[in-house]
Amino acid sequence: MSGLTITDLHAAHGRTPILQGVELAVPDGALACVLGPSGCGKSTLLRVVAGFHPARRGHVALGDTVLDDGRGRLPAERRRIGYVPQDGALFPHLTVAANIGFGLPRALRRDRSDELLSLVGLSGLGRRHPHQLSGGQQQRVALARALAPRPELLLLDEPFAALDAALRTDLRAEVAATLRAAGTTAVLVTHDQDEALSFADTIAVMRAGRIVQQAAPQDLYREPADTAVARFLGEANLVPARIEGLQADTAFGILKLTANAGAARRGPVLLRPRQLRLSVTPGPGKVRTRIHRCHFRGSDHRVELAPESRGLPPVLIAYTDTAWPPGEAYVEVDGLAHPVDEPTEPLL
Amino acid sequence: MTTPHRAEGLSPLRRWRANGPLSPLAPVAFAVVALVVSPLAFVAVQAAQAGWDQAQRLLGRPVLATLITNTVTLAAAVTFATAVIGFGAAYLTERTDLPGRRWWTVLLALPLAVPEFVRGYSWVSLWPSVHGYWGAVLVMTCSLYPLVMLPVAATLRRTDGAAEEVSRSLGRGPWATLWRVTVPLARPALAGGALLVSLYLLGEYGAFAMLRYTTFATAIFTEYKLGFDAASASLLTSVLVALALLLVGLDAWAGRRGRTTRAGSTGRSAAPAALGRWRLPSLAALAAVVALSLGVPLYALGYWLVKGDSTSLPPASVWSSALTTLGYAVSAALVSTAAAVPVALYGWRRGTWLARSAERAAYLTRALPGIAVALSVVYFAIRYAQPLYQQPPMLVAGYVILFFPLALTAVRAALAQVPPGVEEVARSLGTRPLAVLARVTLPLVLPGLGAAAAMVALTASTELTATLLLRPTGTQTLATQFWVYTSGLAYGAAAPYAALMVLMSVPPVLLLTRRALGSHPTPETPR
Repeated sequence: MSGLTITDLHAAHGRTPILQGVELAVPDGALACVLGPSGCGKSTLLRVVAGFHPARRGHVALGDTVLDDGRGRLPAERRRIGYVPQDGALFPHLTVAANIGFGLPRALRRDRSDELLSLVGLSGLGRRHPHQLSGGQQQRVALARALAPRPELLLLDEPFAALDAALRTDLRAEVAATLRAAGTTAVLVTHDQDEALSFADTIAVMRAGRIVQQAAPQDLYREPADTAVARFLGEANLVPARIEGLQADTAFGILKLTANAGAARRGPVLLRPRQLRLSVTPGPGKVRTRIHRCHFRGSDHRVELAPESRGLPPVLIAYTDTAWPPGEAYVEVDGLAHPVDEPTEPLL
Repeated sequence: MTTPHRAEGLSPLRRWRANGPLSPLAPVAFAVVALVVSPLAFVAVQAAQAGWDQAQRLLGRPVLATLITNTVTLAAAVTFATAVIGFGAAYLTERTDLPGRRWWTVLLALPLAVPEFVRGYSWVSLWPSVHGYWGAVLVMTCSLYPLVMLPVAATLRRTDGAAEEVSRSLGRGPWATLWRVTVPLARPALAGGALLVSLYLLGEYGAFAMLRYTTFATAIFTEYKLGFDAASASLLTSVLVALALLLVGLDAWAGRRGRTTRAGSTGRSAAPAALGRWRLPSLAALAAVVALSLGVPLYALGYWLVKGDSTSLPPASVWSSALTTLGYAVSAALVSTAAAVPVALYGWRRGTWLARSAERAAYLTRALPGIAVALSVVYFAIRYAQPLYQQPPMLVAGYVILFFPLALTAVRAALAQVPPGVEEVARSLGTRPLAVLARVTLPLVLPGLGAAAAMVALTASTELTATLLLRPTGTQTLATQFWVYTSGLAYGAAAPYAALMVLMSVPPVLLLTRRALGSHPTPETPR
């Protein structure tokens, strides 16, 4: 049984506490993503796992091996954990092949570095030096170098942040495919929710030194734990409701809930922009709105709506396939509403 | 999920090392810093031993007031003059369309290659009437203005000129922009350079002795050398040290007021200001500065070299002195570079308060006059290491302490080129810390270490004050042999020594210029 297990992890920079009880479990072979705003402690979390930063207390284990329990630490070089930092940090004095072979015994270097060069699609570039490569190529070499000693876990610290948008999307998909093919367990840290949603099997949302929610991407998007997580993952319509059991009473009428909410209370429910349907004719369960603004985004249109009835937020957002001219529109809800709470702790 | 059990192989020692606040590097770094800083404590110890009565008698003497007046008025005049010339030169070469700006930068920096005592010699030997206060102001200004020019030029080059362009677009003329934007922008660099100049002035001995101008440094030297009165010399030294620390404190206080944000460079240099009808006067002014600071010494050296030895003293061999000099300089360079590596590495790896203070303490000697450092080494040797007194290791130790900050700066500059994170990545690939040092860090900084050693070696080979105090009896370096000849007014015999020292100083000055200004070129033409 392998995989990364982190329980009640605390860490600090000097006197400033950074991690305050992180709980995280990454199953063997999974691609996990730690998602959070900058300054939330996600890089520190990665550095603790890699062995570059001491834990104050708590427990970090990889399979059966304890990495750090606040008292003893396994040195970074004995953890068998690969690390890809944001800028790649290639060894500038070594060729690409020597970079990839750095962590290997001498006898294996040539074969294994050739193998990895072809894996990351850079065959034939082994004799170049890092400064002769583009940013994307450098990141691929950094990935190949980290994969070469067959680590039990791979850590990626915002490895695509320095690249331009198109390259980032391509490389992201490529890296995810490479990692899945190699069967490597990996943890990626990012502040970019698109990256997290498209890359990972499981996403842990981090806030103020804690993991507030860990779930599969679809579940996280549709059923966030609180309003802040809901907004962080994408645009959210938070509609006031009376919630009871499996139902929410809203301005759109009675909506079905994603889960049993228990005893009756008031609180917001989440409706993603894609759940709002626009039409020109009134009907039951429809709300009359004025179209405030509509702009084209390439794949769809983003429509801002000002509802005329009370009991709704001043602006609703809908994504539609067709353009809507200024004027009136009737909005109805498709799919399930999800009850969300206000976060209980500070956001940063 | 299985309950993870304790990893094997975590011995108690490893656990302590892995978790303790100190890396194995720390003790080494602290030991080096302590060694470098410790002799200074002995100035204080020695001064305290002079006793209160003697202290009162010495410090109450009218000569002390004269020394203070002499030193302070000179420092004020030279600092002001170097600030004006240094800023002007930096502005003209960095922000205007002056023809041949890059050549001017090199020409204007080169006077640093002429040691102050050689400069004193070149003026005095040609025109004996140059002496006293105004002579000292002239000679020292010519020597030291590059210390202001280089940091100011570096600042101007780094900031991209957008602030000036905005000022012009807001309706300020070129002069108002210069005064209200450019000068404040360069103020931290200007202040740093001025501090360096005044610290230099406090410690200079050779040039003032030659110009027959009495300052603290010359008085201390005479007191020590003639009377061999260690107690009163160290009392004077402690006053000098106090003066130096006062200056450093003043600079720190002033530095806190003028805060400038480091403007992010867009990689585009500012469009140079058009000089127009000021072009000829500017060229003339710079030419005058170069003529006085570079032309006069070169002319004097050429004159005396051609004229041959006008000496009644027995001729010594330039080459044997050069060899001796090189031997000492290279030993000092190797020792100080090797000592600087752990301190620099420690500070570079860990940005902790402890590491920063260790590094800052190591720079302390830079703020202290050379003569004070030399004397503290002498006291230390006399009291605690008698067998080393006037032995070769003492001179090497003196050089190391004197030039340790130089080596440290150079090693830090080399480490700054190492991309962040490579050491960590190397460890995550299964490499032990010592192997990381051997396979990654050292190969990356090796050229920098070479530059550091070369810098120390060449600087040490033109050092006079400490060498006079610390050399083994009978040993002559280039500087001391030169000094023997000039003291005997044998200017012709001294010339080859001076010429060799100037030649040896050129590479470190060029290196310093390049490091200060960066090697990226500025466009020669507007737009």
